[in-house]
Amino acid sequence: MKTNSANSQSVNSTVGGALRPPRTPIRHWLGLLPFFVFSGLFLIGPTLILAYRSFEGLDGGLTLNNYRQLASDTVMNSYGMSIKISLTTAILGGLIGFLVAWVVSMGGLPPRFRLITTTFSGVAANFAGVPLASAFVFTLGRVGLITALFKVFGVNLYKSGFSLYSFLGLTLVYLYFQIPLMVLTILPALDGLKREWREAAENLGATQIQYWRYVALPVLTPSILGTMILLFGNSFGAHATAYALTGGLFDLATLLIGRQISGDVLHNPGLGYAVAMGMVMIMASSIFIYSILQRRSERWLK
Amino acid sequence: MVSLYFLIPLAATFYWSLRGAKDVLGFEAYRKLFADTNFLPAFSQSIVNAVATIFLSLIIVVPTAYWVTLRLPKLRPVVEFITLLPFVIPAVVLVFGIIRLYSSPPFLFTATYNSSRIVLICVYVCLSFPYMFRSVDNGLRAIDVRTLTEAAQSLGANWVTILFRVIFPNLRVALLSGALLTFAIVIGELTIALYMAQHTLGPYMSDLTRSKVYEPSAMAIVAFAITWAAMGIIDFVGRGATRHVQMVEAD
Repeated sequence: MKTNSANSQSVNSTVGGALRPPRTPIRHWLGLLPFFVFSGLFLIGPTLILAYRSFEGLDGGLTLNNYRQLASDTVMNSYGMSIKISLTTAILGGLIGFLVAWVVSMGGLPPRFRLITTTFSGVAANFAGVPLASAFVFTLGRVGLITALFKVFGVNLYKSGFSLYSFLGLTLVYLYFQIPLMVLTILPALDGLKREWREAAENLGATQIQYWRYVALPVLTPSILGTMILLFGNSFGAHATAYALTGGLFDLATLLIGRQISGDVLHNPGLGYAVAMGMVMIMASSIFIYSILQRRSERWLK
Repeated sequence: MVSLYFLIPLAATFYWSLRGAKDVLGFEAYRKLFADTNFLPAFSQSIVNAVATIFLSLIIVVPTAYWVTLRLPKLRPVVEFITLLPFVIPAVVLVFGIIRLYSSPPFLFTATYNSSRIVLICVYVCLSFPYMFRSVDNGLRAIDVRTLTEAAQSLGANWVTILFRVIFPNLRVALLSGALLTFAIVIGELTIALYMAQHTLGPYMSDLTRSKVYEPSAMAIVAFAITWAAMGIIDFVGRGATRHVQMVEAD
């Protein structure tokens, strides 16, 4: 039985027909069963139950009321702050990360520099969470090193309006993992710029600026935009860093859901589910746009 | 300028971590951290969770990627879509759903600490899918799976033998990088462990920042060193592998 199917397969591939056996026996599906069971039980199922419950009213009937209540101040403040921080860190992180990757990919620097940058980016992009929050408390917290340094020069950061536990502070912290993620994702795209394109442009008399304006940037734009959207989602769904930094009390969508889990702060379980589903929808659309843009940029990078 | 932004927080944290004893710089904060009665249990629990996650994830992802490459290519888009879901569903939303689904009958899986812990590990396995699947899939692309399988089959191997004695050994580097990435993510994970009331390293670190002054800095440095070690090994092994491939191609 086993050898038969193997034979028919190799015959198929040598004759040049379909590489796939014509029929898929049931037992072939068994190899995928654990994967589907696991993702069904611990990934898709839990999300579907939230989706279902988000349409449940306080009296148990089906309703859209929970989604209407998303417009309330508490929810909108949290969503608004999440979107504001995510947009800011996606754009800033994207620009700075692109510049770093550009410097690295240009060559001209010793190869060791590139290796250190990529390895460090790998570390920093995965360094989010409690340790990152701690590191910034020791740097820019009330008694942090930089805060103390400013005091030596007679500037009291916290009296002049700065706080680590604010929009500005959180943005600074988030950039610590956003910039490296941009570097890691955009570097392959920059490496994909072909030497021939630059040489062709130069032969046609293009200046450095014209080459970037008319050749390199148009090729790179889908990648840059796509990665920025990825950064947006990365920051929008982040919970641990903000929780460790603010004790979960800041106005962020993820922290609001956390408070709702610990004790129905919205006083309406259904609304909590709707807030969670709203996040999933925003994340899903950003990942969707990312994958479309990624596919467009792959055309050039082969 | 940019490198200053990345180095100063580390330097500041390291400086604080050396100030555990009054008026002298030393490793007192680290000593206190390791002597804390809650530290080692949390740390070892996280390590066990991470190792269990990696083991389960390998057992699930390798056959899946293998089957999708060889036998069921039409399911590839479905599998790839599912492996992307952990990026779409924020951790806090996922744990919300897990609690709602499994903390009441008929699926009361979170009744005891240990049963919750098993659920936690299973959730981590799903979170590792994107990294594990991508690593394994890249690894499979680099070797000729079909020829290897047919060679093994013509020598009379069954599919268990093929997976464990042919495919696994050929994927060593890919499996190692997937495993280490998973380790780096699981070891200090906060959100899911926190709301499932697990005493792992993430919630421990979070409590530490609220209750102690110098120990959190030592903890952050230790966490950074762990992440650095995981990523460093991936880079090192990965470069060794590409060099090897290049040599083979040159032949």
